[in-house]
Amino acid sequence: MSATTATKSTTTSFASALNTAMSDAMENDPSVVVFGEDVGTLGGVFRITDGLTKRFGENRCFDTPLAESGIAGTAVGMAINGMRPVIEMQFDAFAYPSLEQIFSHIAKMANRTRGNVRLPIVIRIPYGGGVGGVEHHCDSSEAYYAHTPGLKVFTPATVADAYLMLREAIDSEDPVVFFEPKKLYWSKEAEDLSELRAEYESGTSSRRIGAEANAQIVREGTDVSIISYGPSVSTALKAAEATAEDGISAEVLDLRSIVPFDDAALQATVEKTGRAVVVAEAQGFASVASEITARIQERCFHSLSSPVLRVTGFDIPYPAPKLEEHHLPDVDRILDTLDELQWED
Amino acid sequence: MTESTTPPPSPEIQAGSEDVTVPMGASTPEPGHQKAEQASRILEASRSFGITPEQYMLPAQQQIRMLDPEGNLISESEQGTGPGHEYPIPEDDVLLKAYEGLVAGRRINDQNYALVRQGRLAVYPSSHGQEACQVGAALGLGTQDWMFPTYRDTVSVITRGVDPLEVMVSFRGDWHCGYNPHDYKVSAMSTPLTTQLLHAVGVAHAAKLRGEDTVVLAMCGDGATSEGDFHEALNFAAVFEVPVVFFVQNNGYAISVPLSSQSAAPSLAHKAIGYGMAGEQVDGNDMVAVLATLRRAVHLARENSTPLLLEATTYRMQAHTNADDDTRYRDSEEVEQWKRKDPLKRMRTFLTNKGLLDEATEERISAKAEEIAASLRQAMTTEPKGDPLELFEHVYAEPTAQLHEQRDQLADELTRAEEGGHA
Ligand SMILES: Cc1ncc(C[n+]2csc(CCOP(=O)(O)OP(=O)(O)O)c2C)c(N)n1
Ligand SMILES: [Mg+2]
Repeated sequence: MSATTATKSTTTSFASALNTAMSDAMENDPSVVVFGEDVGTLGGVFRITDGLTKRFGENRCFDTPLAESGIAGTAVGMAINGMRPVIEMQFDAFAYPSLEQIFSHIAKMANRTRGNVRLPIVIRIPYGGGVGGVEHHCDSSEAYYAHTPGLKVFTPATVADAYLMLREAIDSEDPVVFFEPKKLYWSKEAEDLSELRAEYESGTSSRRIGAEANAQIVREGTDVSIISYGPSVSTALKAAEATAEDGISAEVLDLRSIVPFDDAALQATVEKTGRAVVVAEAQGFASVASEITARIQERCFHSLSSPVLRVTGFDIPYPAPKLEEHHLPDVDRILDTLDELQWED
Repeated sequence: MTESTTPPPSPEIQAGSEDVTVPMGASTPEPGHQKAEQASRILEASRSFGITPEQYMLPAQQQIRMLDPEGNLISESEQGTGPGHEYPIPEDDVLLKAYEGLVAGRRINDQNYALVRQGRLAVYPSSHGQEACQVGAALGLGTQDWMFPTYRDTVSVITRGVDPLEVMVSFRGDWHCGYNPHDYKVSAMSTPLTTQLLHAVGVAHAAKLRGEDTVVLAMCGDGATSEGDFHEALNFAAVFEVPVVFFVQNNGYAISVPLSSQSAAPSLAHKAIGYGMAGEQVDGNDMVAVLATLRRAVHLARENSTPLLLEATTYRMQAHTNADDDTRYRDSEEVEQWKRKDPLKRMRTFLTNKGLLDEATEERISAKAEEIAASLRQAMTTEPKGDPLELFEHVYAEPTAQLHEQRDQLADELTRAEEGGHA
């Protein structure tokens, strides 16, 4: 996506970046274990764990009985006893049986025990729509988790981040809910996994996820900031390109990490452009997009030349495949919203 | 087992059976630890059969089976039946109707499999190979009863009488459920695994409170029995003494995960006793046995207001869905072996031997199946264009102000698109 990556000769898919991040972490640390539904023999329904059982054995990557609460709950026990579980929820909406374990225990254990019991668990969740999936297979459920103190929430939008951020999540001492935009699984970019590995393992990558400074400008601009994350970043970039033809220069910010939240980057871009549009697939009411909008208002009010607008999914259950195109934020809807901004003083 | 034309015996107390002493559990309960009412119903039922409650609740020594893999009727002593586990063979007209269902069911599966391969369906989880279970589930119920199916149970739902065109709405990707559940007493096919079992228990509980004569068939797969909701549903049903038949189609796999990685129980039917209900295991590719066991389970549930668990062992002959590649987790040899036990062929042989199936009948039955297949194809060609504005219609009984606003926004976009797209 950036100029440096475009020159690479090797192309890498989002799926293989995730897969390699797990196998590298497993290689480096025997306490990393991967489990979930169909992750072993099958390699996951999206093949993200393909080959891990073969390479590391059934004790390191294994199928569980079909029970999400069981998967999350036993991950708690495993983490208490020295392991670093990386668990897979098969689809966004199928994580819901595990919410009690996630909200009541995974998120709170460190706090309850005054930091004596930390749970370095990664919960991988394929999420979002745009792939023609039937009901319960396309939810954007990030707000539920982001609303729960104690959980970090990451979502990569590029192949490089798929690798770097999953490594980061596995190394985190806090539980991380790792949202994988399923529409990006098959996307490919000019990236070289051995370079990404070297970058991550050097410990000095500028792209590391820390307590702050996590968001990245993925397109520079001067007139308006489009703030986005995960599956919507590519839509935001396309809209930015399209609006450039109308003479509007849009900057695009990819949040990467929803929790922790990078207020500084948000503030910097909005203060620079004076206008902001937030784009996310999830329904807009009480959403991550709402939170971003509120933070802009709190921090950048005096720099704003226009109200902050949002482009999100409608406040409806995710539609059946034939109607999803009407629900998802697309380039046209972003362009409409850019038109609605106040452009003259 | 002789064939009978009367309904299976009810386990009501029979005179002279009081002398069978059958303690529930090992010892007399501690004060405050009395067993539930349920226990006394189980006790009564087991007494009536002259067996212990454990013998009543545990599945029979072997799974119930009436036809051998070739479709020949097997001797009564080898059917797995016994006291408290008696399964009379259904009447001829029921058997013939079941065969009709099997032929139609196979046709539905194969037609939809073809349609999905042509890219004309969003998805189709086929029950090819499981048609005996599918048909049995529908035919075992009365019109006043409810069915709670999963994504895999298209054939059950159609056999129950739901309009095939309405069933295809979800697989075609138009809307999540294309029929009105109240019209057919068939719930919307459920995808979040096992959740529907609790709904089934609730319907039965409400029916009990309302004084209705309703049995509920709660359907799920083998993998789904691992979910926590399975435990909660069986427990609620037993504690509230409601007439639910839990029907587990054990097709050996949950996507790629074999039953051996799913459960360490001797069988899924063995789980019943832990809840204080009777469990039975049946050969799910034997149409006669499936019908006999399901009909008796429904009858017992109705008569005694108790839940039962029936596990049918069967096999999914095709991949989990069109998105699945089953060669990654099972060999074709295994699939070939199950071809030998094809429920349709077995039933055809049985009925032919019995003199119930002549060429004319066979022709009439396949013509009817062809009609359904044609209507499925038709459903794809007529392909109604859904109204995008319906998206806002059923979220609340009355749309919120915000939804009105969003509806207007989409309506405006659609008009502009019609007039020539975004400027
Ligand atoms: C709560 C939940 N978790 C995961 C899934 C994804 N999923 C769909 S079907 C399936 C396997 C179910 O296996 P089984 O219960 O044996 O039924 P079968 O598909 O074999 O008929 C899985 C894991 C789901 N639908 N719901
Ligand atoms: Mg199964």
